[in-house]
Amino acid sequence: MLPVEFSGLEPFAAKWCLATERERYAERLQSTMEEMQAFYDAAMACGEAAIAYCDQFSLDEMPDQAVNLMNLLYSLIAISFSIECWSQPRVPDTGAAYLDLIVEPAR
Amino acid sequence: MARWPKPTEGSWTEHFGLSTEPISYEDSISPSFYELEREAIFKRAWLNVGRDDQLPRNGSYFTKEITAARTSVILVRDGSEVRAFHNVCRHRGNKLVWDDYPGEETHGVCRQFVCKYHGWRYGTDGQLNFVQQEDQFFNLDKSQCGLLPVHCDVWEGFVFVNLAEQPAQSLREFLGPMMTGLDGYPFGLMTERFTYRAEIRSNWKLYMDAFQEFYHAPVLHQKQTPPDWSGPALKNGFEAPHYQIDGPHRLVSTAGIRLYELPENMRKPIEGLTRSGNFGPWDPPELGEMPPGLNPAGCDPWGLDSFQMFPNFTILIWSLGWYLTYHYWPTSYNTHIFESTLYFVPPKTARERLALEMAATTFKEYGLQDANTLEATQTMLESRAVTTFPLCDQEVLCRHLHKVTGEWVDDYRRGIEVSA
Repeated sequence: MLPVEFSGLEPFAAKWCLATERERYAERLQSTMEEMQAFYDAAMACGEAAIAYCDQFSLDEMPDQAVNLMNLLYSLIAISFSIECWSQPRVPDTGAAYLDLIVEPAR
Repeated sequence: MARWPKPTEGSWTEHFGLSTEPISYEDSISPSFYELEREAIFKRAWLNVGRDDQLPRNGSYFTKEITAARTSVILVRDGSEVRAFHNVCRHRGNKLVWDDYPGEETHGVCRQFVCKYHGWRYGTDGQLNFVQQEDQFFNLDKSQCGLLPVHCDVWEGFVFVNLAEQPAQSLREFLGPMMTGLDGYPFGLMTERFTYRAEIRSNWKLYMDAFQEFYHAPVLHQKQTPPDWSGPALKNGFEAPHYQIDGPHRLVSTAGIRLYELPENMRKPIEGLTRSGNFGPWDPPELGEMPPGLNPAGCDPWGLDSFQMFPNFTILIWSLGWYLTYHYWPTSYNTHIFESTLYFVPPKTARERLALEMAATTFKEYGLQDANTLEATQTMLESRAVTTFPLCDQEVLCRHLHKVTGEWVDDYRRGIEVSA
């Protein structure tokens, strides 16, 4: 699913190449910390290279593999809070709270 | 020891002539007070319902449910005009524009509005253009049966309605010099949007209060920053360099930091990677000169200005070249719909787009923390076990909102007594 340069991230692609915020947030809540830590470590290690790769293309004309890589980076951002702040998937003390993203950029 | 100079009166609270006594939250837990607010405030004040770029072409429309004012409004582009109408068919009172669920908002483009019930048709100018089997009616004058107009005006692209028969002030008068000090801010360039929505189980004013003081930030949001940051932040607490009040509206302005100059132990790794975070993207777009109403204390670096517009609308402008809005739409005395939209200049590169994603994701993490305290507060206020609450000088704007709300309700009550 990903450009060949990022084959190291391929094991995470099926789970984390998700096109909408709603899917990414839901996936985060239903994942274990071990799963997210493994993804975080692998993606952070090549994060700068991945951004530089996507940056070669115009946002409107991105090849599918670069789009997948962008979606993977969005997921990295989503799960980074579980890893860097909370040590758990959900924001602490937010059992009943939700905040649905009802309008998001198309790309 | 105050880190920022206080006004000569010794505090912002006294500077604005506000009481320093503990306040009651009865106005947030009383069903009968809410009924008065509906008439006194939501049927009288100018209410922001969106932006004019949501109505890009002739016939573009959206509906806005204003439960507090017991109505639904249609906003529509009619040529160069933005018009507003009560969303009700003149024939038998059916809601005119809705899809699937009558209580849900909708949007689209049309040449005319057609009632689902008996097919009456209205132009985007509100005129009744067609009546099914017109010859069956008695003395029906179509020219007198157009959609019921609602006062509507646009300021800097923000579309406002006023449900009063005759508003006491024009929109511009109501906005006043503090809000119109933002004239010329490049709102129109910021069309890339993220809109969030939630139903909150608290009175609408409690969420306004949550976002009009930053005294809570080092405590409630402590874990969103590394310990090397949050430790000193908690120890020092929060102080705003500047507060401003103009009529029913309020402003808090904060100092900023140059995030990109911080050592790595003061920021999260993902912030370093995306060059973005809570304050927004670190590499802001070039926007030119800012209007004089912005950064009124002249902070350098400056953080943000949060304009709290009465009754239920906030425009928060960040120094890093973007802004967000909050709306709090009451649905009962202890529930409301919260909406927030983040507005950015459309990104040109993948790197810029990722920085926006980081800012928006961070916003949600903070917002979730803020949202969940509200139900906890509402339920315990309703216990009435404690009935007065001390507010500090950094909570001066909360004090002002509750005072102004009380004044509008009192004015309304007096008006009823006079007319009775």
